[in-house]
Amino acid sequence: MKRRDLLKQGAFFTAGVSVAALLGSQPTAQNRAYSQGKPSNATLRVVRGGGFPNGLDLHQVGVNRPAYGTSWVMYDRLLTFGSKTLPDGSQSYDYTVIEPELAESWEVAPDGMSVTFFLRKDATFHNGAPVTAKDVKWSYDRAVSVGGFPAFQMKAGALESPDQFEQVDDHTFRVKFLRKDKLTMMDMAVPIPAIINSELVKSHVTEQDPWGLAWVNANDAGGGAYKLENFVPDERVELVRFEEWKSGPLPQIQKVIELNIPEAGNRRALLERGDVDVNFDVAEKDVKEFQNMGKFTVVVTPIENCLYTIDLNTQPELGGKPNPLSEVKVRQAISFATPYEAIVATAMYGQCVPMFGATRVEPTSIEWPQPFPYSTDMEKAKALMAESGYPDGFETTLAFDLGTQEWAEPMCVLIQESLNQIGIKVTLEKVPSSNFRAVMVEKSRPMISNNFGGWLNFPDYFFFYAYHGQNATFNAGSYQNPAMDKLIDAALASAPGDPVYEESVKGFLKIAFEEAPKVVMLQPVLSVAMQPNIGGYQYWFHRQLDYRQLTKA
Amino acid sequence: MSRPILIRTIGHRILDAVPTIMGVIVITFLLARALPGDPAAYFAGPAASQEAIDQIRTHLGLDRSILEQFWIYIGDLLQGDWGNSLTTGRPVWEDLMRRLPASLELTLAGLIFAIALALPLGILAATRPGSWMDHGVRILGTAGVSLPTFFTGLLLVYVLYFKLGWAPAPLGRLSLFDSAPPSISGLYLIDSLLAGRWETFISAFRQLMLPAITLGLFALAPLARVTRASMLSVLSSDFIRTARASGLSPQMVLFGYAFRNAMLPIITTLGVVFSFLLGANVLVEKVFAWPGIGSYAVTALVASDYAPVQGFVLTMSLLYVVLNLALDVTYTVIDPRAGGEG
Amino acid sequence: MSSSTSVSMALKYARYVLSENKITFAAFALFFLLVLFALFGPAIAPYNPLASDATIALNSPSWQHWFGTDQLGRDVFSRVLVATRLDLGIAVAAVVLSFGLGSVLGVSAGYYGGWWDRIVSRIIDTIMAFPLFILAMGLVAALGNTIENIIYATAIINLPLYARVIRSEVLVRRRAGFVEAARLSGNRDWRIMAFHLFPNVLPVMMVHVSLNMGWAILNAAGLSFIGLGVRPPTAEWGIMVAEGATYIISGEWWLAMFPGLVLMTAVFCFNLLGDGLRDLVDPRMRT
Repeated sequence: MKRRDLLKQGAFFTAGVSVAALLGSQPTAQNRAYSQGKPSNATLRVVRGGGFPNGLDLHQVGVNRPAYGTSWVMYDRLLTFGSKTLPDGSQSYDYTVIEPELAESWEVAPDGMSVTFFLRKDATFHNGAPVTAKDVKWSYDRAVSVGGFPAFQMKAGALESPDQFEQVDDHTFRVKFLRKDKLTMMDMAVPIPAIINSELVKSHVTEQDPWGLAWVNANDAGGGAYKLENFVPDERVELVRFEEWKSGPLPQIQKVIELNIPEAGNRRALLERGDVDVNFDVAEKDVKEFQNMGKFTVVVTPIENCLYTIDLNTQPELGGKPNPLSEVKVRQAISFATPYEAIVATAMYGQCVPMFGATRVEPTSIEWPQPFPYSTDMEKAKALMAESGYPDGFETTLAFDLGTQEWAEPMCVLIQESLNQIGIKVTLEKVPSSNFRAVMVEKSRPMISNNFGGWLNFPDYFFFYAYHGQNATFNAGSYQNPAMDKLIDAALASAPGDPVYEESVKGFLKIAFEEAPKVVMLQPVLSVAMQPNIGGYQYWFHRQLDYRQLTKA
Repeated sequence: MSRPILIRTIGHRILDAVPTIMGVIVITFLLARALPGDPAAYFAGPAASQEAIDQIRTHLGLDRSILEQFWIYIGDLLQGDWGNSLTTGRPVWEDLMRRLPASLELTLAGLIFAIALALPLGILAATRPGSWMDHGVRILGTAGVSLPTFFTGLLLVYVLYFKLGWAPAPLGRLSLFDSAPPSISGLYLIDSLLAGRWETFISAFRQLMLPAITLGLFALAPLARVTRASMLSVLSSDFIRTARASGLSPQMVLFGYAFRNAMLPIITTLGVVFSFLLGANVLVEKVFAWPGIGSYAVTALVASDYAPVQGFVLTMSLLYVVLNLALDVTYTVIDPRAGGEG
Repeated sequence: MSSSTSVSMALKYARYVLSENKITFAAFALFFLLVLFALFGPAIAPYNPLASDATIALNSPSWQHWFGTDQLGRDVFSRVLVATRLDLGIAVAAVVLSFGLGSVLGVSAGYYGGWWDRIVSRIIDTIMAFPLFILAMGLVAALGNTIENIIYATAIINLPLYARVIRSEVLVRRRAGFVEAARLSGNRDWRIMAFHLFPNVLPVMMVHVSLNMGWAILNAAGLSFIGLGVRPPTAEWGIMVAEGATYIISGEWWLAMFPGLVLMTAVFCFNLLGDGLRDLVDPRMRT
């Protein structure tokens, strides 16, 4: 059964990049130059896995990941990212290049403690009202004030209080920094600080809802490249091009229809029969077959900084009993007994980047993600078990998220079968998606599948959430090691290029290799299959389509 | 039967239903609270801090005691507030009212398909009891109830859409480029006709075909069986023999007299089948991306989203009560003898 | 009428009906076969139903693998065969449970009447007012998706049927001569209910039991389709159909088709059996 859940993957927006590179850039009014056709009256029909937009306001509680895609084109941000070509020829956003969107240019104060944005003077919202610094201030205030995820995300870039945001004049907006933080500028290019039409929303606020969350969640209050034509929750989203859009080249596609088709098989049939143009977030199995058919454009991009792992609980006791997995030898044995090749072949249909089988035992580079030095070796696994305190094996459980069962179930079944050979009897536990996060936080399960992904390729951020002793949700095995924490903290405080950074990253990678608190298996991919006349696809960190870039011949 | 008695019967019935509805509300509330998972953690997003989760919990009122939550829920219900769905971000009442017509249309279409097939088959079987035709009807009907609906649905999509291209794509209620007709009844078939939009009607009809057949196959057996049995007993009764003996044409006897008298049990069964189908279309809706209340409830249940689950069950129970009431009334109108017992 | 003579008469009548009705006979044969599979399935399965083999994943049906192999290279035929025990087990357990509880509630409510009858009727009405499949879903979701909970949920949604039918059957008989006679000869209430009333309504109930078995299997399959089925890697028809259904479009039809056909055949068999029993119990239904 293929039911991709709305919260398929744990991911969050954080980024690390040299702050000097950003602050030094002198932006021009020139916009990003992705390949762009002349505006036409083409209609794009889209179906997608991974859920369906459940709202339009990203500040609303419970808005899911697919909603980022809709919001992304309905609203502008002050800033956006550049593009780059990946080694395989496909396009990706480039996190090292910040480009203007609604802000025409910006200036960082000499003391480096604030930034002043100069907005486009000709930009209007969809209802014709001009976009002013007042709207920007209101939108930023809203993002830090509504609480929940938006506030959390803003905080990641040290944007915490409305006091930081200042409307200088109608088209000038200033952000005061709490501290110098390498994430601040990047955080203003993520989907959360979208610029909302404040006057329009204010006419719909109520006493209980001073920020108009309910209204914005169902209506268009944007000034982005696409206007909302029709939004039927769980059914369809229809967008039409905003002909007055000024923050970039006018998109080629005139109308976008996004349909909710829950069954992966039906989505596939629709593309094959030519009833839709794009099948986005395609299941691994279908990707392989679409490629073999040769009739469609298939783009497969590894998801940055994301790993599929089995987290092994390292606590000395679980439920009042000694925990075999707290022994390093047992964890290593499990790492050697995992049937990696079979998992890649049957659970992932080869659609992933293997993260096992490295021949070196110690990390030689800080490249991330990089393969771990484990591969399937039953003899070694048996030997390690024999040396451990559990030569006769033990019984344990392996939990996985029901919402990811299309790959997690075969993966876990294969692991179960393989571990049986070294005497470890595993019972599988399907956890409903609604409960999975709570179970991860509890850290009560001996073994649990984890598909955490952080934004951008920085190992220190991945490790901070997945291995650090602060015990975040995604350190599902509750791994505690002060030596590792020290190295992670040091890497966070420094930047790439700095020798301290390199040494720290290599240091914590080495510990992760040796101690094996996670069985690291693979890096997943994000795939899209399109009719051959569709072009302009680019991978984004938010893992949604950018309709502004797509073209239809 | 006189009017006052009819009204009294209805009043009595409604009063009777009150404790049932109360029971449903309490059980649903408790069941929803017993669902695993923490909605606050689920909706707080993947990397939310404990603080963010707590904030959301307070926002949702989940930090209060169960009893307190229940009183708030009841209070809101009495004011007509069914709560908000976290999954769609909208008031549950609006969601349900938008989606209910889709489910009703599907169920009615399925039922009509079943009736169109089951009545002739049942009559045919009754006129030739014990023949191969009789056995054929019985096997066909039984095969219909023996299929898992999601399996039939996917199979039909595969053969009729993917392989043969006869049926339209399983895209919900309308094809890609059609927009919904102005809402009057909420049933697209009727609304499109009222608006005089033929193309929309045809589009809606084509979309409705496969899911309705999938659902209708399930209702075939009970209807055909009751028709057969009811016709058999009527056909063997004295007045039919008299009619035959007095030289009336076989058609006249069959449809003019026998069928009309065999209607009552069929109508009863129709009511039962209708309420059953309304619940059974959960799976069909999922397969055909049908935006009804069943698929809505399933999504909500998986997300431990309390308000929609409660709203859905409550709607269904109210429908059930209304349906039974309508049946009772039809009963008393058709057959006055049934009146007194209520 | 004593119960022993009625049983022997029923048996005689059954033989008569069976010889008259080939369909029911075929259903009985099929049922027998299913029971055999349930008993000996694991012993006669050609492969280990749980053994995966990545090299032969998704192979189409062949002489080695009659029903093909699934995405993990497991033999579909063996899995279908072995699953018989579990599926019949779930259905039987659920039906027995709801039949047992339904009988107690129904007989006592029909026999005593009064406030007890009113309470029982109210409980039944409340359950009936639920959309049954959603109630089952909710119960399994709330209690956790184990086999026991699937059984409990199925039993609960079937309870009203038994309780209602039994209650009304008892209601007509509670003033019957044989009940009065039993009472006059000093039998206690529970004896009258257990040994006089209950055996009398048993034949009617057997029809429902049989029809219900099929429904219980379908119900479990539906739960699997939603993702609330048994734990992997356990073989179960519903979950095999549900998981295989997504492979239909990509051409691997055997994954869903064979378990689907077997599932359908089993349900079909129970339904025909129920039909046959109905003829047996209530000959007036057929002429």
